[in-house]
Amino acid sequence: MAVRITSPAFKANARQALADAPLQTSMRNLEANFIGRRRAATERLPEFEALRDAARDIKDHTLAHLDLYLTAFEDKVVQAGGHVHWAATAEDARTIVLDICKRLGARTATKGKSMISEEIALNEHLEQNGVTPVETDLGEYIIQLRGEMPSHIIAPAVHLTREQVEADFRRVHTHLPKERNLDEAATMLAEARGILRERFLAADVGITGANFLIAETGTSVIVTNEGNGDLTQTLPKAHIVLASIEKVVPTLEDATTLLRVLARSATGQEQAVYTTFSTGPRRAADPDGPGEYHVVLLDNGRSRMLGTPFQPMLRCIRCGACFNHCPVYQRVGGHAYGWVYGGPMGAVLTPTLIGIHQAGHLPNASTFCGRCEEVCPMRIPLPKMMRHWRERQFEKSQMPLAERYALDAWAYFARRGWLYRPASRLGVALLRLLAFGRGRLRWLPFAGGWTSQRDLPAPAGTTFQAAWKQHVKARRRAAR
Amino acid sequence: MSDSESAPTLKPVNRPPRATSRDRVLGTLRHALDAAAFEELRRDVVASRLASHPRGPIPARGQLDRAGRLALFRDQATAAGATVEPLASLNAVPAAISAVLRAHNLPLQVRMGADPRLAALPWHAEPALEIGLGPSDGGDLAAVSFAFAAVAESGTLVLLSGPNNPTTLNFLPDTHIVVLAADDVVGDYETVWDALRAHYGPLVMPRNVNWITGPSRSADIEQRLVFGAHGPRRLHILVAG
Amino acid sequence: MNSQTPAQPRVGLFVTCLVDLMRPRVGFAAAKLLEDAGCSVEVPRQTCCGQPAFNAGDRATARDLARQVIEAFEPYDYVVVPSGSCAGMMKTHYVELFDDAEWQARAGRFSARTFELTSFLVDVLKVERIQAIYEGTVTYHDGCAGLRELGIKDQPRKLLSHVVGLTLAEMADTEACCGFGGAFSVKYPEISAAIADRKTANIAATGAPMVVAGDLGCLMHIAGRMQREGRQVQARHVAEMLAGMGHEPAIGEPDRS
Repeated sequence: MAVRITSPAFKANARQALADAPLQTSMRNLEANFIGRRRAATERLPEFEALRDAARDIKDHTLAHLDLYLTAFEDKVVQAGGHVHWAATAEDARTIVLDICKRLGARTATKGKSMISEEIALNEHLEQNGVTPVETDLGEYIIQLRGEMPSHIIAPAVHLTREQVEADFRRVHTHLPKERNLDEAATMLAEARGILRERFLAADVGITGANFLIAETGTSVIVTNEGNGDLTQTLPKAHIVLASIEKVVPTLEDATTLLRVLARSATGQEQAVYTTFSTGPRRAADPDGPGEYHVVLLDNGRSRMLGTPFQPMLRCIRCGACFNHCPVYQRVGGHAYGWVYGGPMGAVLTPTLIGIHQAGHLPNASTFCGRCEEVCPMRIPLPKMMRHWRERQFEKSQMPLAERYALDAWAYFARRGWLYRPASRLGVALLRLLAFGRGRLRWLPFAGGWTSQRDLPAPAGTTFQAAWKQHVKARRRAAR
Repeated sequence: MSDSESAPTLKPVNRPPRATSRDRVLGTLRHALDAAAFEELRRDVVASRLASHPRGPIPARGQLDRAGRLALFRDQATAAGATVEPLASLNAVPAAISAVLRAHNLPLQVRMGADPRLAALPWHAEPALEIGLGPSDGGDLAAVSFAFAAVAESGTLVLLSGPNNPTTLNFLPDTHIVVLAADDVVGDYETVWDALRAHYGPLVMPRNVNWITGPSRSADIEQRLVFGAHGPRRLHILVAG
Repeated sequence: MNSQTPAQPRVGLFVTCLVDLMRPRVGFAAAKLLEDAGCSVEVPRQTCCGQPAFNAGDRATARDLARQVIEAFEPYDYVVVPSGSCAGMMKTHYVELFDDAEWQARAGRFSARTFELTSFLVDVLKVERIQAIYEGTVTYHDGCAGLRELGIKDQPRKLLSHVVGLTLAEMADTEACCGFGGAFSVKYPEISAAIADRKTANIAATGAPMVVAGDLGCLMHIAGRMQREGRQVQARHVAEMLAGMGHEPAIGEPDRS
């Protein structure tokens, strides 16, 4: 695949991220904004917890009947005059999209934000074949200028500061006079809006993702705040929807329940600005809208997750709440994860899509603080599934050797209380000796993982169990 | 399928040469779900859910009388950045539009679709107001649409595509003025779906149903909220009646 | 199970391996609090609850250790643990480890009798007053497992409010993780420390000269990081404060006892 995967270098990526001052500033911004807004929105709605339960149940029900809802969806799309294309793999999906573009003689394709497009590396494929993809979401536009992947599933450029974006605009928008003020979000947005407005009007094909597909009506749904997705899908000759198979829900009512938790979890809005339900191409009497409507249904490994411990991951509606609340993501940003999906949802999903051999760090780089599960609108047990990945690694002996030896040695003693107690007393006495009467150690051989960052308190000198024995004896003597 | 007049013309099914991908995906799904063992039951369950479309939990906040719904809609739409102006009747709409344009120093020009409810308004009372009909090509500064309904729960407008209210009017002009009949303000989205099913026949949708909650915005640069990203910077709602 | 609390409940104290090895004082503090509240306290032989193995993906070892703990603590009315993290493992995850009905049932009964220390004192024993004096201000860090797996939030605060002279100064974002995460702290030390730095800054911003928490793991990590940063803030387990041990050496201070 054309996408560069750097997940195996997660540790190095993370170290680099921690030393990246603009990134750290940006990540603090994210923390300061998203968490409070989500909390306020959920507290304003007494039914929020009930909606989460209902949302989870809708997806569980749909997944249990996924084959039937997908074919029901397909039938409705066809009835409305649209086309459904099934793509078992990323390559299939790329080919389908390019074929449509070629048939229409397309030179440019505007794009709404789509993680599936990132997953299948569509932009590179279109470029290589003479179709210019134009990202129109402001965040996506910025990262396209930079040749980067999104660092967050709903806020693709969240890792950047204003100054960095300004520098990119000056580098690429060379028509701009030097004195043009570009140091505010508003002026940069106006600049991008002007450029993209021309692209919207000139595009031959519009490609969007889908937040939901509705089986009842053959409808795709996109949710945006900018309106870029709507211009993308309304102005060109054809609207292509890229959606993975788990996006389907049964009915309009089901989509509505999910929409009630999506925006609140994502940005803390009561509802996103634009929620657009699209069904088929423009009708005979319609004065605007695309002449063709295509839905590409991508599997790319998802069907294999059904019936496994990872099935609940298919409930994900890509709100990004788990990113915003994750202490690890907050520090290292999305690019450290090394592929399209970062944060807790990426730590679970990425190994299924690119393999645990490449993404092995991701489910391990978690403190299991549980905040992701706490805020997940779909109640996906993310820590539990990260632990499932760790179990698979353990079973396949994919753990780093030093870790495996340490774990096995510890387990050997922990299983044998009679051996553990004297051994721990000895270890504790040794540690205390090494501390030379100070309260703590600044360095300890073989414990660099701890002492590189923090002092290690010296133990009291004997174990609690040994001291308790003495205590009980003394008490008995005193009682006599 | 209903044979409602708005139903799209059926085109020949275009089952592409990708039957293999389709079979592979469905085959894996059906195997994982052990579908063959419960075929009848599963089909019944799915058919009945699609036909009955049960509602999920509906927030109590929108379940109010007419006045309560109007007040909640106004508050929620305002909180989302729209401006809301109550009007005594639809006849007051043309003058209100002129006033909005003047207040923002805009030329007295709007574009609108063929909605008979708009066409019936007393435009002659505003002779200076220039009206263009049909979709927008991007050259319009202001557009007028007539909403199908509005949802008090979140201050959301519901607009339908078609010749009456072309979709481009919702997104291309910088100022979007939406006319809304006060009677069409409902408590929740579900009521809108039922109205839509009644209007179009079951399970048929116009090309676009647009939920619009406030004006276009972006917070993609340092999470600073800026209005007018690609869609309208200004959303003005005239609630008549 | 125990619909009524026995007159003198027999409590098996599981001190956790970290307390056993690193800070026995917490175990004694827990025993004192339980005895003061009318329990008889015993300490059956113990090693570890198995959480390190469970979180490393080694279910077999985790299961063996769970069996070991369940067997050792079956004779008691209650199992009390001065750690939200270990209590969370024992109360919520043991039941996930077994496939056979017998052990599932035993793990279920064990879970129902197992409590984190402050939760046991407040929720089960309904302790309304404790005998401790500490003149000073402290801030409280919510350990993640206790908070999110066991719902422990008000209990330690309620108990601390009974300590005469003690003022609680809440830190910003007290529910945020400190970055310890068990093996995570040594596998990804730089990220762990970066997470801690936000926590220690929030602690320092309260002006309190002491941070208190219910988990020794978090405390060793927070204290060790603050000491490395040169911050003059003490760290103690909540049991120590409640048992009137607030003037004994804090974590990482020289201890001649």
